[in-house]
Parts: sequence; structure tokens; C-alpha cells
Amino acid sequence: MTLPMPAAEPFAGNDVPIMEMRGISKAFPGVKALDDVEISLHAGSVTALIGENGAGKSTLVKILTGIYQPDSGEIVIDGRPVQFGSAEAAIRGGITAIHQETVLFDELSVAENIFLGHVPRTRFGLVNWKAMNARAAALLHSIDAPISPYTRLKDLSIAQRHLVAIARALSVEARVVIMDEPTAALSHKEVEDLFRIIERLKGQGKAILFISHKFEEVYGVADRFAVFRDGRSIGSGLLAQTSQDQIVRMMVGRSVEHAFPKVDVAIGSTVLKVSGYSHPTEFDDISFELRRGEIFGIYGLVGAGRSEFCQALFGVTRPSAGTVELEGRRIDVRSPSDAVAAGIVYVPEERGRHGAVLQMPIFQNISMPSLSRTTRAGFLRQAEEFAMARRYAERLDLRAAALSVPVGNLSGGNQQKVVIGKWLATKPKVIILDEPTKGIDIGSKAAVHAFMSELAGEGLSVIMVSSELPEILGMSDRVLVMREGRMAGTWNRADLDAETLVRAATGNA
Amino acid sequence: MTALVVDTPPPRRIPDRLSTPFRRLLGSWEVLLLAVTIAIFIANSLASPHFLDPWNLSDATYNFTEKAMIAFAMTLLIISGEIDLSVAAIIALASTAMGAAAQAGFGTPALVSVGLGVGLLCGAFNGLLVARVGLPSIVVTIGTMSLFRGIAQIVLGDQAYGGYPASFAWFGQGYMSDFPWWPALPVFEVITFEMVAFVCVALVFGILLHQTAFGRRVYAIGNNVFAAQFSGIPVERTKFVLFLLTGLMSGFAAVCLTSRLGSTRHTIAAGWELEVVTMAVLGGVSILGGSGTIPGVVLAAIVMGLVTFGLGLLNVPGIVMSIFIGLLLILVIALPIVFHRIRSRAAA
Amino acid sequence: MSRLLKHRELLLVAIIVALVAAFAYRAPGFASPESLANIFNDTSILIILALGQMAVVLTRSIDLSVAANLSFTGMAIAMINAAFPEIPLAILIAAALGIGAMLGAINGLLVWKVNIPPIVVTLGTLTIYRGMAFVLSGGTWVNQNQMTPDFLNAPRLPVLGLPLLSWTAILVVVVMVVLFTRTVFGRALYASGGNPTAALYAGIDVGRTRFFAFVLSGALAGLCGYLWVSRYAVAYVDIAVGFELDTVAACVIGGISTLGGIGTIAGAVLGSLFLGVIKNALPVIDISPFWQMAISGLVIIIAVTFNARQERRKGRMILRDAAKSRARPSELAEGAAA
Repeated sequence: MTLPMPAAEPFAGNDVPIMEMRGISKAFPGVKALDDVEISLHAGSVTALIGENGAGKSTLVKILTGIYQPDSGEIVIDGRPVQFGSAEAAIRGGITAIHQETVLFDELSVAENIFLGHVPRTRFGLVNWKAMNARAAALLHSIDAPISPYTRLKDLSIAQRHLVAIARALSVEARVVIMDEPTAALSHKEVEDLFRIIERLKGQGKAILFISHKFEEVYGVADRFAVFRDGRSIGSGLLAQTSQDQIVRMMVGRSVEHAFPKVDVAIGSTVLKVSGYSHPTEFDDISFELRRGEIFGIYGLVGAGRSEFCQALFGVTRPSAGTVELEGRRIDVRSPSDAVAAGIVYVPEERGRHGAVLQMPIFQNISMPSLSRTTRAGFLRQAEEFAMARRYAERLDLRAAALSVPVGNLSGGNQQKVVIGKWLATKPKVIILDEPTKGIDIGSKAAVHAFMSELAGEGLSVIMVSSELPEILGMSDRVLVMREGRMAGTWNRADLDAETLVRAATGNA
Repeated sequence: MTALVVDTPPPRRIPDRLSTPFRRLLGSWEVLLLAVTIAIFIANSLASPHFLDPWNLSDATYNFTEKAMIAFAMTLLIISGEIDLSVAAIIALASTAMGAAAQAGFGTPALVSVGLGVGLLCGAFNGLLVARVGLPSIVVTIGTMSLFRGIAQIVLGDQAYGGYPASFAWFGQGYMSDFPWWPALPVFEVITFEMVAFVCVALVFGILLHQTAFGRRVYAIGNNVFAAQFSGIPVERTKFVLFLLTGLMSGFAAVCLTSRLGSTRHTIAAGWELEVVTMAVLGGVSILGGSGTIPGVVLAAIVMGLVTFGLGLLNVPGIVMSIFIGLLLILVIALPIVFHRIRSRAAA
Repeated sequence: MSRLLKHRELLLVAIIVALVAAFAYRAPGFASPESLANIFNDTSILIILALGQMAVVLTRSIDLSVAANLSFTGMAIAMINAAFPEIPLAILIAAALGIGAMLGAINGLLVWKVNIPPIVVTLGTLTIYRGMAFVLSGGTWVNQNQMTPDFLNAPRLPVLGLPLLSWTAILVVVVMVVLFTRTVFGRALYASGGNPTAALYAGIDVGRTRFFAFVLSGALAGLCGYLWVSRYAVAYVDIAVGFELDTVAACVIGGISTLGGIGTIAGAVLGSLFLGVIKNALPVIDISPFWQMAISGLVIIIAVTFNARQERRKGRMILRDAAKSRARPSELAEGAAA
């Protein structure tokens, strides 16, 4: 499915690639993360790596930066094959990266964060703090970042940390710069600033690998593209000659108008009423009402305080002000067990960390919050547990070898089903889904969406946090947008459109 | 039923289990330990003619019964991802308190209550700092280890408490045949009170860990404390209870040990925390939390008891035995890791 | 925040000064220069060990075997000295450093290559090393009259008014300051404890850094083995029993985070001095030395509680960031530079 590669019409860097990856494969227990992929990067050109979550983009970045070693295949720089046995080797090989989550050191100064791993040294081999601070200041100045090199990193905001991460990537003599989802947490203006920096890097003849799944950004900044799907190379070429439709088709493997199985449900009376909910440091003054059968979307940038708000609602953290009423009665949620008892449950964004106990069997995960119902006088009754697990496994169409298999052995989509099943077994009134389809395959995505509709149809109230605009637009009856910890507004389904929501989320009036 | 529904495939049927419980048991750590126990037993009886003497064997159980009672509680604590290094210091403090109470003329029931009470208090103190305040248990219990034994040292100096009532001796020196209403079979003349206590405590903790909702929560917390918390499990309360239990069992061990020795010095039970932790780890409890069983720890206790007893018959001094215990602790953790690495390297 | 951390050291200085003043009120000579120099000299070994412990703790580990290492190395050096009095002291000291480093390397290898938690490794080697001291000596003592005068007198030698032991501690402090703040290894200690993932991405080998931290801690423990045996003029198996707890206490009091990545040399030194002042004050104010253990324990608990308050993770601080991003960037730069 490789597209024809005509002679370069618009300038898209040098035609001879600086770096090529050929036939790269990487397997982990149970998954083939990369299967014989290739990609080439050109001087003075931005190549966008496009793919769904789980397509293998992050694995590729980790191989390029020396964190993982490929099982087979070769990396060629300037025609010579190279091997990166460690992160240090990759840096020496002229590759630098800005990672998805900023991997920096809270307790160290900005200058040290920029230079750690390759600090300037004095004649005697000691750390040259003076040179380090001066060079850090110069670097930060060159990307228009008004940050002092002496500041401790933990005193910086997320956007400022991002600038430090960029400065860090530019502090080495690199020919290849990798940017892994660099805009996820950035406001509109910050994204523009980033694009200016990218233009400058292009001008310096660097090859840039830009990873994103936002099309407007890809088209705004990249010249070339490569599409991965399920760990395989699907296509590559010049963006100017490829339509967005073509790329979408390559990404998902079929020409899908991803149909959202949103069913019209009679919206009932108010179930949950949140008023003036505030947290000392994370969010402020959130109010809304949630009705029976409603799917209530919460949209915003990464770091807008959506998860923090939901976790406070679920009792993980304590709010500083505000009230919650459930079915007209004021409730005081001090811990998740209070929330579960009241009928509010939460499917967290990080499944492996917060959602399921991966080492424990499916049936024990499903019965975990309902142990009082599967035990007698505190004693376990396994038959009851298996019966409960079987009921929800069938209902969610779970795919597993046995109910006694550890949840960690399942695919992402099936793990998510276990987490949802665990909560349904508690017979909740309100279910909060935090990025419910993040990192799961297309098939499971549709299943989760269909199930969400089904739950709403049964009279459950759903709160769905998502960064995926199509998901928000496709599934929500109403949408609340958060920006920088505050409400930026709520919209009814009839008034929803992409532009309004993005504008509200990024604060770009 | 109407005949309308035609084409919906029946829901997928997922079996409960893949292999039978019996087959899983075969490859387990516990079975390996059992084999080791039997091997040591045979080796010891061949090495020394005195080994199989029932009185000797009965005596040998003192090598592990008291420590094992703490190890059972410690097992739950380690599975939950915490550790208590202050257990030996709790023994010292509880024993000192009992000594002081004995000096003041209190009788046996009061002494036992004092021992258990001090254990509970110490456990509550640890639990408060770890579960409630949220401090790391290693550092906290290093601190309380110093504090508890330090208090015993302040009270005792280089003196010793003695003069426990005669009836108090029964816990650490008594046999079941001493019980007036116990059936007077000859076998009970060699069964000590501590052996019976060991079996009872093992049963109670085994049931608690493997058969109750509480035990299930302990595993969940140890495997993933966040997911446990996010599943509505009361993490703080569970951990607090575990520290309480460990304190209580340390108090009980203090009763037995004090009764057996008949005197209290501030160095009593010095270094036991290491042996208790080693017992749990040898029993297959993962030091990182999340896995382990009580039957495994029971066998580990017996193995350690037999090894100590065997070395004792060969006149090996105590401090040299502690080298073996230190080595055992490291090897038991290191060997599976090393073997696993060699095997996966061979497979690659 | 950096001011707050400095605050920590200032706070400790204030507490120590207040303690000294209070004790001096009860016992006049306590604050005299000779007495203070004496306290410092008495605390020298703890300072050296605490700095080794600090290196380990910075990498999110703990070394409970330092006192056992000290005991074994001290015994070995004393026995060599007794058996071969002709071997020069410099070689003995080098041997002490070497033996200590080797024992530390065993800990480090088990942590680095076999991935055993440091607490388990050092709890095990704690008994093994002390047991080895017993096996080596057969349970006998090496007495004053078996050691050479050079061996015994070196740490007592007065130089510029202070005994050589104190100067050794000062030298170690200076070397450590350079090592921790001026070398790649020193910064790697902070990085690999502060954020192991980020350290990996920065090309720092976290495991190797931990290994060398254990080697450093072991080498310093070995050095202290010689210093201890020579200062107290006797070597036996049970020397410095439980002293590892004091080194942990000194670090915790000095604000070294047991979660790794946070702490200063000044903190560890002040933490040691705090314990040293208390230890030396007890007899002066007529409190039995048996109180010392309980006091260290209590101080560890108070200090770790205090540290936890400062270290507590504060989440994303979204509202603070929002407020910042609304402020003019220029103000921010000024604020940061101030």
C-alpha cells in the first residue's frame, strides 16, 4: 500500500535520508510490538509518524533512543549501520528526543536538567557549573523561554517544563530530533511557539520525527509521513500529495466513519448534583448536574484537571470546598469505599496502575469491591465469586482463557472490560470513565462505546472524560470543558461542534 | 420463549480454571520446601543418633515456635508491601514490662495481659505512623526498633528482671500433659504448649489469609496499592490492623520467651527480626509484596528449626549459625532470580 | 523551595546551638572550645559513616551493613597489625579501605546484578559480615598491647590543635563535597534516586550508580574500622553493634530523603553532630548512657515525620500553574532569578 513517490516537488528536505530504520522488529511477552517496520528521516524535513494508540510508535521511539534493543533489523545513519546499546549511545549517535511525559528531575536545577548525562566539565574533569548555567541560559534564550537556569524544576509549570525538555533535547549536537506527542499538554499559543522552534530546527538541517495523532498539527508542521498500524509499516510519503482521508484509511485499515453507537435515551431526573467543587491546588469551582441515562462528557487538554476532579469526586483526594448530592441527598465522600457504597464508581485512565490488579486473576478482580456480597461472615465463597465473574464476563463478552488467569495476561481492551465488570457488579448509579478507550484497539473501542450506550439505556448515569474530540462529540449528551482547573463552560449535544470545544479547551478566543 | 431470537450467538463460555488445583500444587515452592524438610530430617537422623530422640525433637521445636508465631503475622504484613523490623524490640519492651509487673507482684494472668497489651500498643504505634501518617515502614520500624529496645534499656540498664511466678513458667516450659483436663496420653508428655500454640496460630493466620475477605484485600494491596485503593479497599485500616497483629504476636512471643528463659535482659531476642523476616522469605513470601502462603512459612519455620538444631548437635556456635541464616536469606531470593535469568538466556 | 531546604540546615544549626547553650547552662565547661573540639572528634566516625550512608540513601537504597563491615574490617586490620607489626600504617589504611570497599561491592552487586532489595541484602550481610569477624578472630580480642604504637597513635596525633581523627573527618567531608557536587558520579547519585526513569533516559546507569554508592559506603566503613579499633585500642566482634542505626538517624535528621534524590552534605554532617552533642551531653547532665538508644529512635521517628511533610507530593499544581501562566512571562523570569 506504499504510495507512489514522485520526484520532490515542494521542498521537503534532502532526498537522501540521514537515518533509516530497516526491518525493525521487537516483541514483548505476548505482544509483537513492532513487526518489520521501516522509516527514514531526511535533513531539514519533518516526518510525521502517525498511528493509533498501540500501533508501536512509542516502542520505535524507545528503540531509537537506546532504551530498548530491537530483536532484528538495523538502524543506518549516513549509510553506516549503528547500534544503540544504551540511551547514552543514542545521544552520542546524534539522536535526541522530547518524550511524551517529560522525564526530568524535580529536585535538580533547570540547568542540570538540561545537561544531565553530558554536563560541561572543567580541565580536571569536574562539573563546570558556571559553563553549564551560562549555556543553559543561552539555550533557553534561543527558544524564547523566560526561565532562569537556577530555578528548581519542581517550581515550574507543565508548559515551562516542556520548554526545559526542548532545551534539553537541543543541548546535544543532534542531527535527529524526536518529538513524541509534544503538544498533548500545550495550549494553542504554546503549540504555535513549538512550531516556530521546529521551523528553526528545520532551517538548521536537522531531521525531525514528529509523533502525533492530531491531523491539523501534522499537516501544519510536517512534510513527510509514515503510518504504522498494529506494529507494521503501512505507508509513507509526502504529505502534500496525500489526503487526510487516505491517511485515516491507512491508520485504521478500513475506510471507517467510526460510527458512534449513541442511542437516544430518555433522560430522567437528576441523579448527581455537584456544586462549587474545589481542590486546594488542582481545580476550582466545578458545578453541574447529571441526570439518569445521561452520558456527560468532560473535555479538556491533558493537565486541565479533569482526572483530578473525577478522583476527588471518587474520594481519592479531598476537596477544599463544594458539595455533592446523590439523588437529592447530600453525601460526604471521604474515600473510594464511601463512593462505592454510595453508588459512584470510577474507571481510571491508567488501567495497569489504578484500574486492575494485574497479577491477580480475573475473578478476584471482579469480586474485589463486592467481597461483602460473595463472602459469608468474612469467609470467601469461591463458587459465588466465579458465578459473579462469569456473569459479567459474559455480559461484556470478555475474551480470556479462564477466569483464573491473571488480568495482566489480557489485551488492553479486555483488561478494560474486567475493570468495568468489577464496577457493574457493585450495581452503581454513576459510573465515571476516564479516557475509557485510551490505548485499546479499534474493535474494543467500538465495543466500549456500545456498552456505554447500553448502560445509559439501563438508567445508569455516565461521566466520560476524554481527550478524543470525536469520542466526545459522538457519545456525549452534554459536555463540560475544563481549562487550567476551571470550568470553561457546558454545552448541550445540539450545540456541540469541534471548533467551539477546542477553543474553550485551549483558551484561544 | 418465543422463537423470535434466532441469530444471536450464545455468550462465550469461559472456564473457571485451566488446570486442576492438584497440578498447580505440584510445581509449587511449598512442595519443594516439604521435600527439603524431609531430606534434612533424614540427613539429621543419619548424622546424629540423638536426633530422633522424642525429647530432643520436642526441645528442638523451641528453635522456631516463638519466631514462627511472629513470622505468620509478618507474612501478612510483607504480602501487603510493608515490613516491621521492630518485632524483636517489641519483645524486649513487652518482656521488660512483664518483668516490672512481676516485680510489683502481679500474677500470671496480669503478666500475660501486660505482654500482649504492650505488643498491641507497639504495633498500634507502628501502624499509626505507617498507615495513618504515611511514612515508609522500613525507616519507621528502624526508628521504633531503636526506641522500643531503648526504653527497655533505660528501664533495665545492665540489670535483669527475674522472679516470675511459678505458674508463668508453663507458657515456655510446659507440656500439654500438665493440663489437668487434657487427655492423659503418653504422647502429650512431649508435646509442649508452644507447639500447640504454633499450630493454632498457623491455622488462624492461614484461614485469615487464604479464606477471608481480609486476606484477599491484603494480597490486593500488596500487588497494587493504587488499584486496591481505587477498588474501595480500606488500605489504611487494613495496614493498621496488620501492624496491630504483628505487635500482638510479638507480645505473645515475648510471653513465651520470657516464660521459657525465666528472666529479662535488654538484649533479649536480639537479632530476631532478621530470623523472622528470613523465615517468611524462605517460606516463599515475596519481599516486594503480593505473594506468599502460610503453609510455606510453616514449612520454612520447620526447616530453619531443623537446620539450627542440626548445627547445634554439631556444636556450631550461634554467631556462625547466624551467618547461615544471613546466607539463606540472600540465597533464597537470589537463586530463583539467577536461575530464571540463566533459563531465559538459554531460551533466547 | 531551595530556600526552604537551606532553612532545614539553618534550623539544625539553631537547634544544635540551642542544645549546646542549654547543656552549658547546666554544666559550664560544656561549651568551651576544648569540649566542643572533643565532641567533634568523638563524632568524626559517625560523620564519615553517615556520608557513606548518604550516598546510598540518595539512590533510594539503605546500607544496614556498615557497622558489621566496620567490625570485620577493624578486626582484620588489627589482626594484621598484631601479626605483622612491620607493615607500614599507610598500607594498612589502604587495606582497610580496600576490604571495606570489597564488602560494599558485594552488597552493591547483589542489588545491581541480582536485583534484590537493598534492605534485604544488607540485613543479610549485616549478620554475615559480623559472623565473619567471629570466624576470623575465633571470638578472641585484639588488645592494646598487641597493636603497634603507630597504629594506635595516628588518629590521636594533634595537628593545628585538632587530633588527626578530626582532620580525617574534615578531609572526608571536603572530598565528598567535591564528589557529590562536582563530579558526574555525584550528580548521578541525585538523578538516579530522584527519578530513575528520567535517569535512564538521560543515559545514566542507575544500577551501576547504586553499585558505586555501596562501594563508597563500604570503603568509608572500612576506613572507620581502622579508626574505631585504633581509637578504642581494642578489636572484638561486637564493636559498633547497632551503629548502622545511628548513621541512618544522622541522615534522616539531616533531611536526606529515604525516598532518594534529596539531601545535602551539610545536612548529614549536622545530623551527625546533633547526635554527637546529645551523646556527649547525657553524662554531663547526669542521664544514664542507656538513654541514648531510645533517644536516637525517637529522633529518627520525629525527623522522618518532619521530612515527609516537606516531601509530600503535591500533585500537578494546576491552579498554581494557571496563575503563573496568566502572570507576565517577564515577571516570572525576574521571580526565578531572584
